[in-house]
Amino acid sequence: MINSNQPLNSQSLNHLSHECPICGGQVELDESTMLHELIECIDCGSELEVTAINPFFLSEAPTAGEDWGQ
Amino acid sequence: MRKEEKLLLEAFESHEAQISLVYDESLNFDFATEYDYDLIFNRSVSYSRGINIVRLFEGYEIPCVNSSQVAEICGDKVQTSIQLHRNGVPQPKFKVAFSADSALEIIEQLGYPVVLKPAIGSWGRLLAKINDRDSAEAILEHKQTLGGVNHSIFYIQEYVPKNGRDIRSFVVGDECIAAIYRSSSHWITNTARGGSASNCPVTSEVEEISLRAAQAVGGGIVALDLFETENGLIVNEINHTMEFRNSITTTGVNIPEKMIEYLLQEIRC
Repeated sequence: MINSNQPLNSQSLNHLSHECPICGGQVELDESTMLHELIECIDCGSELEVTAINPFFLSEAPTAGEDWGQ
Repeated sequence: MRKEEKLLLEAFESHEAQISLVYDESLNFDFATEYDYDLIFNRSVSYSRGINIVRLFEGYEIPCVNSSQVAEICGDKVQTSIQLHRNGVPQPKFKVAFSADSALEIIEQLGYPVVLKPAIGSWGRLLAKINDRDSAEAILEHKQTLGGVNHSIFYIQEYVPKNGRDIRSFVVGDECIAAIYRSSSHWITNTARGGSASNCPVTSEVEEISLRAAQAVGGGIVALDLFETENGLIVNEINHTMEFRNSITTTGVNIPEKMIEYLLQEIRC
């Protein structure tokens, strides 16, 4: 299991590029990024969750539960 | 928070309405707490969490969209089928069994291929198209041995050839606001499973069956999966916390705005 609660390299809301906790690739965040927002890393395809803002923290998104859906 | 929730929040910005985000994972609910909400809009990705949260808020007599009753019906394929049947809305032939042996029996009665679905589940997951008896025996044994309680209810549906596409229509209140074709070379056409979206005109037939089916499950904001057959459209499934990210540009309809307008109208009522 990957330890996904890693602080990002950049802590500023204004920074656009942050490190994917899974692959180390660059993930774009900005002022419109919201707490608990799900974002896909374009490098590794991992689904990430914004678990904190100001400063940003990215975590690996939870695996879809059996009752998840629409 | 999916892209849909973000789009809904953006749509809210142009209206004079206050919104509070309630995260289900951090909610500690008890009736000693006062909640001053005009309306709860359930967008939980988890069926179990969402429906229980809605039930609790309904305990305060706070209106919820969708209601727990609608969620119960749409979230459970057995209940959906019951309501469609009771209201005379066409759907694929289906049977329900409660043991692997009786499931095998009714699969043989329906004839191959059939589709075995979990009663609760979404995004096209854990569906099985069963083409012959060998497959049926293997899948039923796996479900019986490895599956949880949810997999001891065997919802079995006739396989409806889709010619590579089905229709997803969107109903908000008493209006069918948009529809898309979902196309895939795979028999599962869900966009969550790689199906591609294109605009589907809201014909009178699409509108009529969509509204009838939405009404059958209690109304509100729902998305319907429709199959095109020689005998006309039939309803496959109904979703109560619909996703729509692939359908706004495709249809040219501002779906989140329509949803917000409906919610505000419900509050004013």
